[in-house]
Amino acid sequence: MGISKIWVFGEANEAGASAGTLELLTKARTLADTVEVVMVGDASAVAGDLGAHGATVIHTIADANGALPGARVASAIAGALEAGTGPDVLLATTSYDGRDVAGRLSAKVDRPVLTNVVDLVVDGDRLLCSEPVFGGTTDVMAGFTDDGLAIFLVRPKSFAAEESGGAPAAVSELVVGDLGNTDAAVVKDRFVEETSGPKLDEAAVVVSGGRGLGEAEKYEMIETLAGLVRGAPGASRAVVDAGWVPYSYQVGQTGKVVKPTVYVACGISGATQHLVGMKGSANIIAINKDEEAPIFGIADLGIVGDVHKVLPKLIEALQARG
Amino acid sequence: MNVVACVKQIPDPADPGALDPETKTLKRDVKLILDESDSYGVEMGLQLVDAAGGGEVKLVSMAPNNEMSGLRTALAMGAESAVLVSDEALAGSDSLSTAKVLAAVIARCEPDLILTATESSDGYTGTVPVQIAELMDLPSVTFGKEIEVADGVATVKRQTEAGFDQVECPLPAVVSVTAGVVEPRYPSFKGIMAAKNKPVEELDLAGLGIDPATVGWVGARQEITAIAEAPAREAGEVIVDEGDAHERILAFLDDLKVL
Repeated sequence: MGISKIWVFGEANEAGASAGTLELLTKARTLADTVEVVMVGDASAVAGDLGAHGATVIHTIADANGALPGARVASAIAGALEAGTGPDVLLATTSYDGRDVAGRLSAKVDRPVLTNVVDLVVDGDRLLCSEPVFGGTTDVMAGFTDDGLAIFLVRPKSFAAEESGGAPAAVSELVVGDLGNTDAAVVKDRFVEETSGPKLDEAAVVVSGGRGLGEAEKYEMIETLAGLVRGAPGASRAVVDAGWVPYSYQVGQTGKVVKPTVYVACGISGATQHLVGMKGSANIIAINKDEEAPIFGIADLGIVGDVHKVLPKLIEALQARG
Repeated sequence: MNVVACVKQIPDPADPGALDPETKTLKRDVKLILDESDSYGVEMGLQLVDAAGGGEVKLVSMAPNNEMSGLRTALAMGAESAVLVSDEALAGSDSLSTAKVLAAVIARCEPDLILTATESSDGYTGTVPVQIAELMDLPSVTFGKEIEVADGVATVKRQTEAGFDQVECPLPAVVSVTAGVVEPRYPSFKGIMAAKNKPVEELDLAGLGIDPATVGWVGARQEITAIAEAPAREAGEVIVDEGDAHERILAFLDDLKVL
């Protein structure tokens, strides 16, 4: 009984392993006997960190001139499964590349995926996952009904990363099989859009703007305020759909889950779509004209007022403090 | 250039929906509308066809009960035709089953480019685009912000955590489009009238040659084991701004020592 082997899709950049990867490893080591990582590129820089979070082996896949990782990783895992050395469970973070890997692998080996997972528990010889639905008002437990690879896409911040004190992980190369036409999308150039403050999903304070701001230009108030409190600016889906800010700003079911110390919702009514992305915040402040707005149902401090009046005064007061 | 835009017809998100306590699936007795997330792919397709100087946008969709009101919306925007797959055996389909059906339809259309949303507004798995690509042996670029097509190659700006990647991808390919990157046109009156007469081909699983045992409830190979109400968050203090609400916010932040 129990789960024998879990592989975690590992993601890393110059700064090291992604927070999501370390969170998944931390959880995985409580669920299975063997926890290993599969990732693209050179793992030497992260072997210590991944090992310290519970991975014993890192299966690395050669990077082919910037080819997007989804098809390559899926092919390599499929090959391992065929050879009988693959995992029972694959965990990936709900990230840009994590979704590609899980989706590609699912189709390649004809296994379903469970998505939007926020918790995992052992149930006999399988895993069950918990996922929030209807804006987080309902929790659903789900699992697979047959044997075979179980693929779960887990939302970031579902678990807290903690070191286990494990030794650096051993690195072993995993061969990529025939890729057909699937591997032809290649990154030619990377562009970093400079942001001065902390990242949205890591910031202690998040200031988000919604449709109540009225027009795209007013979003500047959100960025100014976020800068003054050393926080990160975020947005509701309505504002992203309207093209005011990029998708990476979006907080909600279709977007990021944030759990800051303080979340300040400005001109956001609190559609269920948004609430599920921020209701885990330790403290919530909401400013909205409509006293009936659902956001007030979960706010610790609710201000029934006009963001165009409250925010400029708040910004001015913070600037005066220097 | 010929584009297939995958579109989903969903219950109006303004109506929050519920699970059927018997079947543990989404209740779907309400009228379906075009998922707003898909309107960006449709608009992107129309713009790319325009830029290419020829071709058309074809819609591909899967829905219960031959529902097509959402398809009519996208046809009114300017798509030329649609293929709709309905079959009782598709009830309970997960993302992989959906991708199998859509891939089978798209293969018959032989498009240059397949556009999708990054995720639907009601299921938000975000896996269907790459599942389609894998089943069709095609490359894919997800989270596209901008697409340019020249000489059979799509150049896509792909959203990343830090900014964007410039990705080159030979066609045919699947590209998923993030919301807000183009402004979906409002259907004109003329467009709405024309949409009523645009061809919508209706197919079932037999017509596609798909074994019903590989999709729907059986194909999903997963089950819901429990449904529970999530712990509710209590509302705190709500005050009406009398011109000094910013001071309350400052005091609140000071108490938390985050400043």
